[in-house]
Amino acid sequence: MPDSSARDAEARGLGTLAAGWFERHLQTLIASLGRLARAPFGTALTIGVIGVALALPACLELLVTNARTLSGGWQNALDLTVYLKPRLPDHDAQQLTETIAARADVASARLVTSAEGLAEFRRWSGLGAALDALKDNPLPASIVVRPRVVEGSGDATGLGGLGDALRVLPGVDQVQLDTEWVRRFTAILDALRRAVMLLALVLGVAVLLVVGNTIRLDIDTRRAEIEVTKLVGGSDGFVRRPFLYGGFWYGLGGGVVAWLLIEALVRGLSGPLGRVAAAYGSHFELSDLNAARSFALLGGGALLGWIGAFVSATRHLRAIEPGTDA
Amino acid sequence: MITFNGVAKRYPSGREALTDLSFTVGAGEMVFLTGHSGAGKSTALKLIALIERPTRGQILVGGQGIAAIKRRGIPAYRRRIGMVFQDHKLLHDRPIWDNVALPLVISGTPRRELDKRVRAALDQVGLLGRETSFPIELSTGEQQRVGIARAVVAKPPILIADEPTGNLDPDLAIEVMRLFKRFNDVGVTVVIASHDLHLIEQFSVRRIALAAGRLAGEAHA
Repeated sequence: MPDSSARDAEARGLGTLAAGWFERHLQTLIASLGRLARAPFGTALTIGVIGVALALPACLELLVTNARTLSGGWQNALDLTVYLKPRLPDHDAQQLTETIAARADVASARLVTSAEGLAEFRRWSGLGAALDALKDNPLPASIVVRPRVVEGSGDATGLGGLGDALRVLPGVDQVQLDTEWVRRFTAILDALRRAVMLLALVLGVAVLLVVGNTIRLDIDTRRAEIEVTKLVGGSDGFVRRPFLYGGFWYGLGGGVVAWLLIEALVRGLSGPLGRVAAAYGSHFELSDLNAARSFALLGGGALLGWIGAFVSATRHLRAIEPGTDA
Repeated sequence: MITFNGVAKRYPSGREALTDLSFTVGAGEMVFLTGHSGAGKSTALKLIALIERPTRGQILVGGQGIAAIKRRGIPAYRRRIGMVFQDHKLLHDRPIWDNVALPLVISGTPRRELDKRVRAALDQVGLLGRETSFPIELSTGEQQRVGIARAVVAKPPILIADEPTGNLDPDLAIEVMRLFKRFNDVGVTVVIASHDLHLIEQFSVRRIALAAGRLAGEAHA
């Protein structure tokens, strides 16, 4: 008995076959979208739940990123001040500065002579008149050292080592650094970042479950159709295809909802936050969803939807076989 | 084309639908499976379509033992068999065109061929022009003819039908049976289960009579 469909397939070229394959998938893709549109309330509910589940970790991630740029703005808080011995000749001070600047773990070193130090102090302290009463300049020369920090290492302990190394250099009186709070802050950021990842994992599983359950219900309501399709020779893959695309649309829709939620949040917050920053005499701009993040949100949503549908449909469609009654 | 060899089928419920059934249907032949309801006619057709598996015995279709066909191979096997059901089994939320096109869509027929073949099949059952109607808008007899169009649209070499006239009045029943005969005339092997002896007698077709899951007799036309 010749298989007529196989014979047809041979008669057609590979190119036509591929075009046909593409066409069928496109058709199913659009048809599954139409099916969702015909049940707007249920679809909106599912997409809303997925959207919130995706928006939560994405929002936190954005928060951590913003906090990190904020801490980047406090980079100078990592500076060490190296106070030189009083009355150290300017020439020696200059040489010491160059030695420090040449170190691998130092980004830059700037000499502040005692005269410059006094001028700066006068400017910031408001004690100009009192300083004028002094005969000598009591301030020693100092070197402001900016350590080279490996980005993202979140490690402030290297700073202590650098301080120790500088303290024993000839001509150095003392080294001042206050890294404790920087260390705490980066540690908090690290913990937050870890929390975001775990939350994303948990909520990703939640998205899988939501889509999986929705697809299971879809399959239940279309049981008769699935039976008929299997009776006339539809393979498991053929029967499953529209449900996979359904899951894809659910996930993508959820991604769009999450994107809109976050955009609204950023827009709503950037005004007040900017005013807070302005009140502190600083400038702060809330970074929003860039192209990469938007893509990750939409693509991740669509992928999760597809996987959830795949697992659910593969499991539940197997159970539907025509005529196991009687 | 179809051979049953000492076939028995016991359902999980314990009911023994077939006890020991042997018969052969030649290629291009048309036969009626007759018998009272519960005689095993539907079970025999379900075994041919691999909707059920026999408990004992052997079934050959096209010279091939179908017991060897694994679950994955069933869809491809079923595409070679056109099936017609008493309750039509149409998709009620799809227009007639979609219903008839389903087997072609499954086998990946190119779109431009689809319409031609769907319309040809509808023409053969006298329903050309009803493509955009929904099953609910059609009479029972017309719905059954849509079911037949769907069964033959992919030109399968075998056509099986389970009580295809069960819900039809006598005039429509004769019309539907003539339709099957016409497909048989062009070389399709046709097996029809029917208990309507009065209807069957009007066709010169071999009869395989079943009773209590066994062969009760054969009557050659």
